Amino acid sequence: MKREKVIQSLISIAAVIILLVILNKVLTPFQARIFNLGGIYIILAISMNLINGFVGLFSLGHAGFMAVGAYTSALLTMSREAKEMNFFLEPIVPWLLDVQLPFPIAIIIGGLMAALAAALIGAPVLRLNDDYLAIATLGFSEIIRVIFTNTQSLTNGALGLKGLPYIGVTDSPKEAIWWIWGLVIITIVFMVLLINSTYGRAFKAIREDEIAAEAMGINLFKHKMMAFIIGSFFAGIGGALLGHYMNTIDPLLFRYLLTFNIILIVVLGGIGSITSSVISAIVVTIAQELLRVLDGKMQIGSLIINGVPGTRMVVFSALLMLVILFYQRGLMGTNEFSWSWFKKLPFKTKKAKIS
Amino acid sequence: MSFQTFLQHLVNGISLGSLYALLAIGYTMVYGILRLINFAHGDIFMLATYIAFYSITTFLLPWWAAFLIAIILTALLGILLERAAYRPLRNSPRISIMISAIGASFLIENLAIVFFGGRPKAFPIAPIFSKIVRIGDVSISIVTIIIPIITVIALVILNFIVNKTKTGMAMRAVSKDYDAAKLMGININHIISFTFGTGSALAAIGGIMWALKYPQLIPLMGVMPGLKFFIAAVIGGIGNIKGAVLGGFILGLGEIAIVASSPALSGYRDAFAFILLIIILLVKPTGLLGQNSAEKV
Repeated sequence: MKREKVIQSLISIAAVIILLVILNKVLTPFQARIFNLGGIYIILAISMNLINGFVGLFSLGHAGFMAVGAYTSALLTMSREAKEMNFFLEPIVPWLLDVQLPFPIAIIIGGLMAALAAALIGAPVLRLNDDYLAIATLGFSEIIRVIFTNTQSLTNGALGLKGLPYIGVTDSPKEAIWWIWGLVIITIVFMVLLINSTYGRAFKAIREDEIAAEAMGINLFKHKMMAFIIGSFFAGIGGALLGHYMNTIDPLLFRYLLTFNIILIVVLGGIGSITSSVISAIVVTIAQELLRVLDGKMQIGSLIINGVPGTRMVVFSALLMLVILFYQRGLMGTNEFSWSWFKKLPFKTKKAKIS
Repeated sequence: MSFQTFLQHLVNGISLGSLYALLAIGYTMVYGILRLINFAHGDIFMLATYIAFYSITTFLLPWWAAFLIAIILTALLGILLERAAYRPLRNSPRISIMISAIGASFLIENLAIVFFGGRPKAFPIAPIFSKIVRIGDVSISIVTIIIPIITVIALVILNFIVNKTKTGMAMRAVSKDYDAAKLMGININHIISFTFGTGSALAAIGGIMWALKYPQLIPLMGVMPGLKFFIAAVIGGIGNIKGAVLGGFILGLGEIAIVASSPALSGYRDAFAFILLIIILLVKPTGLLGQNSAEKV
């Protein structure tokens, strides 16, 4: 049973890798970019789903942790010349000027810094519940943003950083897909293992009933803290990837709006399911690109409709409202994808009996 | 700092504090009754300023008529918001209601961007409000003086409604115990609608005065102030109207004090509210005037 599952998982991963090879050949650079953005959103959505969906902590601080990851990774990978070009108002702090690390190490440090920030923030804040937690985490992410806007010699303030190196160790754009989707696979595997471990069960117990979980001997604070730190670590990595993907970061990018985008993905998919976050992240990212037509001019037959900029976001906010009002489970509820679905299909009836 | 500058800052602080107080009441009333953070309150505040703007510029109404229409329409919008976004979810888990509130807030913002345009608009200020008076050595714009006066009048009226009328009594009953109030024959839906209406009307009054003080309208103008109003409510003790007023003044005076004390710190002005919030939540989570309530198992 156990071995069968491992083999199935390996087959799925191999299938994904083959798919990636094909996609990397077939997709145009523009399509590949959208696909990669989808991958980044998967990491972010899963990390938020861990905190909000599996432990039931309503945290709105994602954008803050992403900012920490993005800035850390950006400052660690930029060359001396790039830094000198960016910091023309005030020179950069001397100890950062010559630091230049390879991309993979930099994003991991980015994630670790985000986790550190989460540990510092979580210690006081996770003692609060529900609404207060939401506001306090939101507050912290705003504080991080305000600090980054004001530390001119460290983050270049409101001007932001331009000319971040591309994702990967070489300059080839074909490489990005491997880094991003490699990290997506690692994130998914890690999360699935975590959710199915004893810790994962404790998380779900806390989500369902905090008091009952505590009575069962689950250390609430320890588990909440753990989920918060792990979630923030992946948020930091996602933020770092987003920074390198966009080549430019500034504090305004990491507003509350960014957190909202991720909430949108998580809620549309279904709170508390990794599979749904994956599907929803890809669908929402592609839909956001396709619906760009709404913002521009449209021609239906001989009728020309002048789009109004912003219509796209109205569609998405309305969709979120409809889902939360009428179909709270989202796309998949708390269900997960598994191979046993296929076993229920007629041509594999034999195996179904075994499991 | 000379005494004169001090007075100048004090007046500004009181004026800002009264705005915060007025808006914080909307949050605190809704929270008191529904235990819900009305994330869209800041956007209701934004809508009020735009309604006043279009009444004056497009429909060429005199300012007082425009303000009156803005207050009435905003109150109706607040009631509509509760019907559409919160009432269907009243028995759902807290997390769903909160997501609905966030969704409503973003829907209003995005609709505002589509209909009003993303470009900033200049709020037309009637000449009466742009005068500057000198009291001794302190020169103050008339709006700065009007704001606290209007706030006091609004608070007196609100106090009368909450403490002396039957509706007010019902409101207090619902916020004390939702189910028991229902059993006593109170029409919960009416009371909740009334609460949203009153809170939104106060938001409209605050919004119009905000626009007179900072006459630049953008669709996202309610986001940051909205969060601060909520923080003011939490500092004072959420669910408590007097607390909201106290929290509003603490926040307003504190912000002005930070800006006044050193220009280097003025960039951190927006962080001040959040830092204060975290300190309060850690030291006294129920807020300064809030009451402790034991958690029932």
